[in-house]
Amino acid sequence: MNSDMEQRIDTLDLPYRTREDLKTSLAERDVTDEEFDRILEMVFSEYRKSRIEPCEAVGVVAAQSIGEPGTQMTMRTFHYAGVAEINVTLGLPRLIEIMDARREPSTPTMAVYLLNDWAFNRDRAREVSWQIEAAPLHEFGDITIDMENMQVLVMLNKAVCDRRKIGVEEILETAPRKIREKRHFRDFDVEGDPKRASLTFTPKNRESYQNLFQLAEHVRHVIVQGIDDIERVVVRKEGGEYILYTEGSNLKDVFEVEGVDTSRTRSNNISEIADVLGIEAGRNAIIQEALSTLNEQGIGVDVRHIMLVADMMCMEGEVKQIGRHGIAGEKESVLSRAAFEVTVNHLLDAAIANEVDELNGVTENVIVGQPIQLGTGDVKLIAKPINLKI
Amino acid sequence: MGTTLDVLNHEMVPDHQIMDEEEVADLLATYHISLEQLPKMYHDDPAVKAVGGDIGNVIRITRDSRTAGRAEAYRLVVKRPKK
Repeated sequence: MNSDMEQRIDTLDLPYRTREDLKTSLAERDVTDEEFDRILEMVFSEYRKSRIEPCEAVGVVAAQSIGEPGTQMTMRTFHYAGVAEINVTLGLPRLIEIMDARREPSTPTMAVYLLNDWAFNRDRAREVSWQIEAAPLHEFGDITIDMENMQVLVMLNKAVCDRRKIGVEEILETAPRKIREKRHFRDFDVEGDPKRASLTFTPKNRESYQNLFQLAEHVRHVIVQGIDDIERVVVRKEGGEYILYTEGSNLKDVFEVEGVDTSRTRSNNISEIADVLGIEAGRNAIIQEALSTLNEQGIGVDVRHIMLVADMMCMEGEVKQIGRHGIAGEKESVLSRAAFEVTVNHLLDAAIANEVDELNGVTENVIVGQPIQLGTGDVKLIAKPINLKI
Repeated sequence: MGTTLDVLNHEMVPDHQIMDEEEVADLLATYHISLEQLPKMYHDDPAVKAVGGDIGNVIRITRDSRTAGRAEAYRLVVKRPKK
């Protein structure tokens, strides 16, 4: 094959992969111009055959192709990523979750990849994990309730703070602030002593023990280091580099932690991905998540069906669910919407709004008992009376 | 002191490009469609902000397709509707 032919291949109206495949398979061969023309002709006819026809009902095919294998999925499966560590929902419940476009999956997890300086050293990887994993105050020292003086005393452990790479001053500042902001508990005064590394909390109401214990509970569990939504981090070595797997997900905040590779880190929360990385990333996430859920159960579904579903879900700029609050609820036809869910409401609303059904879709025509505009129903044959002897 | 996030660098985000008017006209002519028939994306979408797109722009997205190897898609930038 000469460079002239290569250029011709590049200008062809074929998919990128087909063109590249054609180039590699012809690269080492001697082909004459005539042979080349014939090859192209055959490739084109093969390509045209493999394409879906215009006006084919691809949605129905996709629905069947995902629905039928879906019946074979395990109803309830839990799976532990790695060695009995992080629990993730899989199987049918997860597939439903993806299609329903839930704001929050039932088990949000992230795979946090690290930059080169951090990814190959266990200790440095651990350092990043401390910045991410939510750590409550009681992990940093002793918390005692002084019933006589109605106080909650915190004695920070310097060694733990040093190991966790967090300054005593920082804890003294964040602990009371977080109790007020995140836990919405404000009825206390606080005194910090950086030299003794201690904190003294005094409730405003000094009469009630219940109040004191309530305060102690807030003090114990206030998150002073890490990201609030991420409950647990597991460091795992995969293919030579350390990767952090998390329970809980917060892409936006994790991206701001030093050492995190912002080009590879992923979450299984689709709507979060769409918010932080854009709708196109959301589309990719739907495809990846749906495909891996199906493949994990040993079910092979062609990507094209899933891609169609993902495209429909992301059509309008945000991730929409398949059900009546999303795609099915936005159909043009009243009868089609009524046929799906909450029939009476749709018919009533349509009657009030004086809606007209143009009967263009499949469902509407089936309801009124007309041929549908697909397949044999799409062609209208009229016999012309030529050479017809009466 | 954190790592800076460049949305376009993320492996899940395909290449986004703003199309000029001529290209948009060509696109609409080849598919015989009007501008409103294109898929949409919101003006505050992180990827749109990263390429500096504004309402009314058409964005060409070059996806890594699992079937075709590489595929182009187009989205019209619209204002995010108020909830």
